[in-house]
Amino acid sequence: MSPRFEPVIGRYMHLDLFGRKHRIYVEEAGEGTPLLCLHTAGADGRQYRALMNDARVTAGHRVIAFDMPWHGKSSPPTGWHNEDYQLTSAQYTGMILEIMTALELDRPILIGCSIGGRIALHMALEHPERFRAIIGLQAGAHVDPYYDLNFLHRPDVHGGEVSAAIVSGLVGPDAPDGDRWETLWHYMQGGPGVFKGDLYFYKLDGDIRGRVAEIDTSRCPLFLLSGEYDYSCTPEETLAVASSIPGSEVTIMKGLGHFPMSENPAEFLQHLLPVLDKIRRMRAV
Amino acid sequence: MIEALKQRVNADEGLVRRGRYLTTTFLLEVGRTAWLIAIFEGRIVSVTSGPFVMPSSSFALRASEEEWAKFWTSRPPPGSNDLMALIKRRVLKAEGDLQIFMANLRYFKEALAKLRPQGTASGAAA
Repeated sequence: MSPRFEPVIGRYMHLDLFGRKHRIYVEEAGEGTPLLCLHTAGADGRQYRALMNDARVTAGHRVIAFDMPWHGKSSPPTGWHNEDYQLTSAQYTGMILEIMTALELDRPILIGCSIGGRIALHMALEHPERFRAIIGLQAGAHVDPYYDLNFLHRPDVHGGEVSAAIVSGLVGPDAPDGDRWETLWHYMQGGPGVFKGDLYFYKLDGDIRGRVAEIDTSRCPLFLLSGEYDYSCTPEETLAVASSIPGSEVTIMKGLGHFPMSENPAEFLQHLLPVLDKIRRMRAV
Repeated sequence: MIEALKQRVNADEGLVRRGRYLTTTFLLEVGRTAWLIAIFEGRIVSVTSGPFVMPSSSFALRASEEEWAKFWTSRPPPGSNDLMALIKRRVLKAEGDLQIFMANLRYFKEALAKLRPQGTASGAAA
């Protein structure tokens, strides 16, 4: 069989964040309206591989995914070996805005899943003018811790194995085997304590329950898509967020779980393509 | 029905291999019925039903009959498809030395999913 190359191009970007030097891996494919993609906690930009390989998306969009510092092919900053990684709302927000500026993205569409969906709500609240639309996947305002997070980072439990095992049931029942286990592999590859550090934002620091109703969708359209089988951010939680934000549009995706773009791309695109089309028509008006 | 665990787990070579560093006895409670399940190097060596006077186990998993019945269907509904989903809904209690449970979480999820009607993808949704 002859080799086949994907249209995805990856590059390393050097950028100062929070006064420290970072080497950040950025992938992109396609041309048109920028579509900036945020991965889930403890994973990386490979979760968006299917979007970058789908001509229905890339024909009109420049699809961009970066690996957050400490994740995927992005390095942790020098000095990391003496630190505990912990993601905060302020860092996450600052990182996204700095990377948008560095890549000269003019009002991209933002799409984020899980922690990415949560920060998408923060962005809709605090920086709506920077985006032409925001799409929150598995976006809830808050998640109560439901297991002892210390198990994610201790020497007598394998961090990669336990991270994948924790999230395995969040994949929907209809996910193709290849995509299910690819998604879990990303979790198995995470660095020590990184998933746990992301969950600090997801379960503690990033709680936006008290402010989510202040999101003004007339300043930036907001779409919420959640999988039926997600017990981390449940459909009920997404529906509660949607009902508190006038003008937001919500879709519950049957059979899908917490990683729709990665676990079952074909099904997910059935839900995403109409949203992208709607955003395109909004701009035309 | 719980007794079937021994044959079904031991027949899955991959599962036994992944459990090769696991030797323990855990307590499984289905409503008021208790079972002690002894594992040696990934292989289930005994499944014993209670009641017990002084059961010794490394950890216990406790849920109602109704919750386990939903978990043990071929396509469990959302919220019942995974041990962590039950824990999230506070209907499954995991107690004891949970390091053993968490260090072998994939094993325990896939082993207990073996009690679903056969023919469903083993561990796929576990």
